[in-house]
Amino acid sequence: MSTILAEPQSTASKSDVTSTSSKLTLALGGASLLGLAVLLVLAFVITDADQRVFDRGADLEPLLTGQGDAVRLLYVHFPVAMVTYTAFTLNAIGSIAVLWKKSTWWDNTAAAAAEVGVLFCGLTLATGSIWGRPIWNTWWKWGDVRLMTTTILFLIFVGYLAYRRTMTDSRVRAKRSAVVGLIGAINIPIVYKSVDWWQNRTLHQQSTLRDRSIEDLTLFTMIFGMVVFMAIFAWLMVHRFRIGWLEHQTETVGLEAAIIERRAQTSTAISDAVTDSRSSTETGSD
Amino acid sequence: MREIWALARKDLRIEARSKVVATQIVPFAMVILVLFGLALDADSRTLRDLAPGLFWVATLFASVLAIQRSVAVETISSTFEALRLSGAPAWKLFAGKALAVAIQLLAIEAVLGLGIVVLYRSSFQDPVLIVTAAVAATIAIASAGSLYGVLAVGMGVRDTILPMLLLPIMMPVLVAATRAFGDGLGTAALNGWTWTGLLGLLAVIYATVGALAYAVVIEDT
Repeated sequence: MSTILAEPQSTASKSDVTSTSSKLTLALGGASLLGLAVLLVLAFVITDADQRVFDRGADLEPLLTGQGDAVRLLYVHFPVAMVTYTAFTLNAIGSIAVLWKKSTWWDNTAAAAAEVGVLFCGLTLATGSIWGRPIWNTWWKWGDVRLMTTTILFLIFVGYLAYRRTMTDSRVRAKRSAVVGLIGAINIPIVYKSVDWWQNRTLHQQSTLRDRSIEDLTLFTMIFGMVVFMAIFAWLMVHRFRIGWLEHQTETVGLEAAIIERRAQTSTAISDAVTDSRSSTETGSD
Repeated sequence: MREIWALARKDLRIEARSKVVATQIVPFAMVILVLFGLALDADSRTLRDLAPGLFWVATLFASVLAIQRSVAVETISSTFEALRLSGAPAWKLFAGKALAVAIQLLAIEAVLGLGIVVLYRSSFQDPVLIVTAAVAATIAIASAGSLYGVLAVGMGVRDTILPMLLLPIMMPVLVAATRAFGDGLGTAALNGWTWTGLLGLLAVIYATVGALAYAVVIEDT
């Protein structure tokens, strides 16, 4: 908490902050981008295309079988989806904290999480759609429970972000956005359940991490992808949080400073006016 | 209960005198039905099969207007403060506002129901199922809508934000209500009562959430 709240640039004074980065975020960002490059090489060059047929007996399903090169997209799709759900969970936690403790810090975190979450949710839908074209033979599958849930989640939080922008009073905005965010979160299991009942079909594969049917390099790339995208998430969150914090500062501290400045001007003007009138009375009396 | 009914009756009396729902929102709902008919360029069979979905999409669009109207009657003369001054707890204010919206929505749905029979040649094969599902779905829509209507008050852009807040949340209601009507109108072979059960559950959830959250959101209207 304290590291995030620290001055964006320790060398710069408060008045001339020009960037939301610090040495720590530069390192984090550099590592994230480097990790992303390594991940892309691992996923799209080094790992094998999926052309194997596993036979692990009747108990275990053959997995990641026969997807060819398309399987490489899952190294991106799966971590991005995990980040999406992490971000929206963080938004829900932040919303509860806002209603409970009226905390500006948590309101800012909730806003940042929703914004980064919408970005990653869009990426989840896009990568999934591109992967689905060769594998499911369609860009879009109505009734697939995870696709539908993710789509509705995306729309709910696009609405949430739009809603945040309609309010200027930060206290009212925090409280009302928290209600909207929480209702959105409550709705997710409802959406999931209702779509599940509606079609009861999914083209999504079940978890493949637990049954150890993935080869070592594949597993490593998958976990590495998770780490990389979580780092990117953290990096974006820190920056977005700092922007939000600076906005909050300009709204509250900035306004106070402006009022003080204005008062100073007015009092000078008044004293000037008083001096003027005095001197004019003096001239008048002559 | 008396306070809830008094508040609902106040809104219904305003409607009886101003006739905004009767002269603007009901005709708008009918226009949507006609638009679908023209856009789909459909023979009667297609429209008949699609009738459950089209009915509920039209209802949701009309409900946005009905909710905006319900909030507008309070904001026009800043009477939200007066409501709070009445001393009634926030959940009762919520229940009264939502009840009035629900009754108006049921009236709109009755006209739309007549509309799909005449324009889309639907037939009510299970009227009890249809009415039960409609009542449950209407309570869910009116509850979520009354809460979101107040959430969208006090800003210059309130008229544009409400649909984007309300409609994504209403998607489970749309799915369930369409399935229930599919059974009731005989266009889909499924058990409509299961879906009506889900609608009932959704109505309970949204009514509870609305009643709990109303106190928080009404403070700053």
